[in-house]
Amino acid sequence: MFPPLQDLYRIAPELVLCAFGMLVMLIDPFVPATRKRSMGWLAFAGTLVALASLRWAALNQGSAYSGLFRVDMFSLFVHAIVIGVSALAILGSFDYLDRENIQRGEYYALILFATAGMGILAGSTELITAFVGLEMSSISTYILVGFRRTVLKSNESSLKYFLLGSFATAFFLYGIALTYGATRSTRFDVVNQAIAAHGAGPLLILGLGLIFVGLGFKVVAAPFQIYTPDVYEGAPTPVTAILACGPKAAAFAVMLRIFYSAFGSASHVWFWAIWVSAILTMCIGNFAALVQTNVKRLLAYSSIAHAGYILVAFAAASEIGVAAVLFYLAAYAAMTLGAFLIVAHVGGTNEQRLNIEDYAGLGTKHPWIAACFALFLFSLLGLPATGGFLGKLYAFQSALDQRIVWLVVIAAVNSVIGAYYYLKVVVAMYFHESNKEWAPMPMRAPMFVVLLLTAIATIYFGVLPNRLMELAIASARSLR
Amino acid sequence: MFILNHLWIILALPLAGSMLTLLAGRHWAQKYVNLSSVGFVVLAFLSYCELAREFFNLSAAQIPWIGNYFTWMTAGNFRVDFALQVDQLTIVMLGVVTFVGMLIHIYSVGYMAHEEGYYRFFAEMNLFMFFMLTLVMAANLVLMFVGWEGVGLCSYLLISFFFQKKSAADAGKKAFITTRIGDFGFTIGILMAFWTFGSIDYKTMFAAAANMPVEGMHQWGVLTSICLLLLAGAVGKSAQLPLYVWLPDAMEGPTPVSALIHAATMVTAGVYMVARMNVLFSHAPAAMLAVAVIGGATALYAATIGLAQNDIKKVLAYSTISQLGYMFLACGVGAYAAGIFHLMTHAFFKALLFLAAGSVIHAMGGQQDMQHMGGLRKKIPWTFGTMLVATLAISGAPLFAGFFSKDEILFDAYAGPNANMVLYVVGISAALLTACYMFRLIFLTFYGKPRYDEHHVHVHESPKVMLAPLVILAILSVIGGWFVLPTYWGGKDYFQGFLDPVFASSTALAAKMHPAWTEPPHSLELTMAAIAVGVAFVGFLIAWYLYIRKPALPNKVANAFGPVYKLLLNKYYVDELYGAIIIGPLIWISRNVLWKVIDVGLIDGTVNGLAFLSRESGVGLRRMQSGNTRSYAAWVVIGAVAVTVFFVWMVR
Repeated sequence: MFPPLQDLYRIAPELVLCAFGMLVMLIDPFVPATRKRSMGWLAFAGTLVALASLRWAALNQGSAYSGLFRVDMFSLFVHAIVIGVSALAILGSFDYLDRENIQRGEYYALILFATAGMGILAGSTELITAFVGLEMSSISTYILVGFRRTVLKSNESSLKYFLLGSFATAFFLYGIALTYGATRSTRFDVVNQAIAAHGAGPLLILGLGLIFVGLGFKVVAAPFQIYTPDVYEGAPTPVTAILACGPKAAAFAVMLRIFYSAFGSASHVWFWAIWVSAILTMCIGNFAALVQTNVKRLLAYSSIAHAGYILVAFAAASEIGVAAVLFYLAAYAAMTLGAFLIVAHVGGTNEQRLNIEDYAGLGTKHPWIAACFALFLFSLLGLPATGGFLGKLYAFQSALDQRIVWLVVIAAVNSVIGAYYYLKVVVAMYFHESNKEWAPMPMRAPMFVVLLLTAIATIYFGVLPNRLMELAIASARSLR
Repeated sequence: MFILNHLWIILALPLAGSMLTLLAGRHWAQKYVNLSSVGFVVLAFLSYCELAREFFNLSAAQIPWIGNYFTWMTAGNFRVDFALQVDQLTIVMLGVVTFVGMLIHIYSVGYMAHEEGYYRFFAEMNLFMFFMLTLVMAANLVLMFVGWEGVGLCSYLLISFFFQKKSAADAGKKAFITTRIGDFGFTIGILMAFWTFGSIDYKTMFAAAANMPVEGMHQWGVLTSICLLLLAGAVGKSAQLPLYVWLPDAMEGPTPVSALIHAATMVTAGVYMVARMNVLFSHAPAAMLAVAVIGGATALYAATIGLAQNDIKKVLAYSTISQLGYMFLACGVGAYAAGIFHLMTHAFFKALLFLAAGSVIHAMGGQQDMQHMGGLRKKIPWTFGTMLVATLAISGAPLFAGFFSKDEILFDAYAGPNANMVLYVVGISAALLTACYMFRLIFLTFYGKPRYDEHHVHVHESPKVMLAPLVILAILSVIGGWFVLPTYWGGKDYFQGFLDPVFASSTALAAKMHPAWTEPPHSLELTMAAIAVGVAFVGFLIAWYLYIRKPALPNKVANAFGPVYKLLLNKYYVDELYGAIIIGPLIWISRNVLWKVIDVGLIDGTVNGLAFLSRESGVGLRRMQSGNTRSYAAWVVIGAVAVTVFFVWMVR
């Protein structure tokens, strides 16, 4: 039996991304070393075509490949986030790669392959498909993390990420096996029916627990966040930007599908696990960030803390909660991407300026960069009129609607603690005198465009959130 | 129908001008700044003209015309649309704002030519226009509040335009904080309105309010509470008792700012809001009375202070407060149309007075004290002529614009459905004082012998770009009130007739509430007009006698009535009073209780303690982060065991 042609349309974005990835790999050997940046533009074009092909997929909504993959509002929403993140990260990588002297085509190809994996993850409605997507994105990012081959730190974090990531994936795979053993299927809808018919037995719940280990690792939920600061710090900063946004969004998406759709009727079982994990994640992220002096590492911890806030909305397990998760992911992607790319830009050659005191005086020397960074930090902190504020607001609101009061209280206290370390950076930028000479930091057009877009998105989500929220609610509705 | 279908254009034009000027203006020559900022305001006025033309082709059923552009925010039932509304009231207000705003922008080209921060001034003026238009065109309370706060912000920025001067910076802060007190009430009023009507759309609110019973004078219900809270906001913004103190200080700003923001437009926002909410107010007679009493008291009170001020702009500031009082008085007795009418004519002649005063100050090289002027009539004839026209208008000389509007207010206070003899007497006394202090200003400035050093001050007439707006406003100060002229031979009041649909339900309700009231005879109207003119003439005579006939007399009078004069000169010591009973204790509490006890002791103590704890736990967490892959893997295993045990335990 041959799958219908329409199924190909449904995975059009993935096909486009892979095709462009392979195209980059094929052309790359014939491009002279000085012209490698053109591969980046080709990859960027690939992401744009992929974004455009989302429209095509949207016209062919429905299940594909006998229930393995599904195109609905939810998957389209997450696709838009992950492809958008990759597109902007590609633009933001040009200067960085030039500076580090690692401008090579496979970098861009790997980003495209990873993005395709994230797309599969977002659309999968079956565990093995999810596993394929997970591995596709993971393996590509393992390599990307170690892309600064001559830098010891980069190698170390790549290896660490690979070993621990494979370890966590093994748990995931084991969880799939147990789920199959309990329900004789790996399809989410069948699992859901099985739970509805026979209830969730110990075997199935054990499977869910192990799946949570594997996905918790990807979304950096405690207690599986442990690798994050090391890996994020060692990776080339633009790659860190992708790691913090793309795979996290895709893994949250598949986690929502599994927990909310497949295991929705067993939510009393997993609710408390998420509850505990959310608190641990927020607290570990925020408290550890307090003592950081390295901005890149600080932002890594901050990304852990934000995973905790997203878990708060996750725990709500309602339609509005799912919408809040999606809104948060989009707002978070804009501000985090912008923040990390500024770190990449300010860091300079060999990422030598990463400490907070290196940012002293940035406000007077580079007012526009400092203003953008301050905006992203304010948004991460959750100041009103930024996307971060509304993300938190919707997340906490959705949890309160479900009367999960204590979790929200702890989350609110945590976001106050967060103010301390975010503002520390802002204070350094604006109120401390620079102790070093600032080397000029010419900003090229692609980077400028990325910062402009992320800043506009951060403000737009904060001032006019309605459009995005309506889309998020429609996406959440399509999930069930 | 183009502009009606794209109402946002009128808002977008000044906003675009502001952004363009702010971002690029720093590097521009002045003429490009002029082109962008003045150009966009002229375009806004032209689109208003087109809007008005299209509006008159609408049928009655299509009004109010609402353009809903997008949903701004939703939270549960709470929903705010970015929606703009056009009805007759909007048309009048828009006309005043765009037209007077345009003239003042043109005038500023000359007035501000030598100031530093030229582009900043125009960017902020444009921004002000944007917010003011938002305020006027909003179709719901929240959007109106956005405009309301926005104009407050621009007012603050422009008052402290010369921010190197401490008095200017302080005046800006004072304006911002004082109006904020009123805005606090306004905000609660909005929330209560939402709570009561389930919406903050005008249309829904008014429809719901119209079906509610009229509340008693002594039994306050929810409508009275809402109206009183909204009134608090209006009192702050329109500088009424007791929150008027910021407006005289606001004269620290450049004169065009005083003319545009602190005379013609922003300060009238309170009156506009009360008129806009007329359906609510007419269901709350107690709130109506409060509006009338505050208005009447302010009109008289500010006029007395105006008698003794020597700074030419301060006189005009108190005069503005007093005239705003008239408008509130009108709204309070249910004569909303008369209030809006006075708002419009006042915008013409008060803007003119300020611009002419600016021209005088310009001519005198910055001198604002009238005791150091005198005899300027021949030297700056255009300024003198236009200022005289405005003075005649504000004093209520027959056939001038102010005559008609003030007359209507006094007439309604005397013979309208909610007539009140006390308010009428207060109003007519204020009219006497108005003529008196305004002619005092004219005589001190333009007549008599020069009281300045003629060798050092080179008096010169202002450039044409400043005079042209003066002349246009002078013409309007004469003919601006002629809509009403036909009533004097028993014809129709065109202004009131035009606004009638907006206030129809309130008028009908007032008639229902006072069944005994009958339309007063036409002859009464003429008698009332005659009385008003007579009173104003007496005021003029007093000023003439004191400042032309016997110029030595005022000092003697001042000495004879020493304490009274000092009281007026020092503005009843209200600033000192507020300082002693409000600001002083606040500072004391802030310093000794809030700061030393609560802040340093309680909050800092807790925060430092928490910060210590947090940092310690952070250090602990850092130790966990050994960097060793094997120990990380161990953590993952521990976590996995914990999760699985937990899950299995849950289904047990």
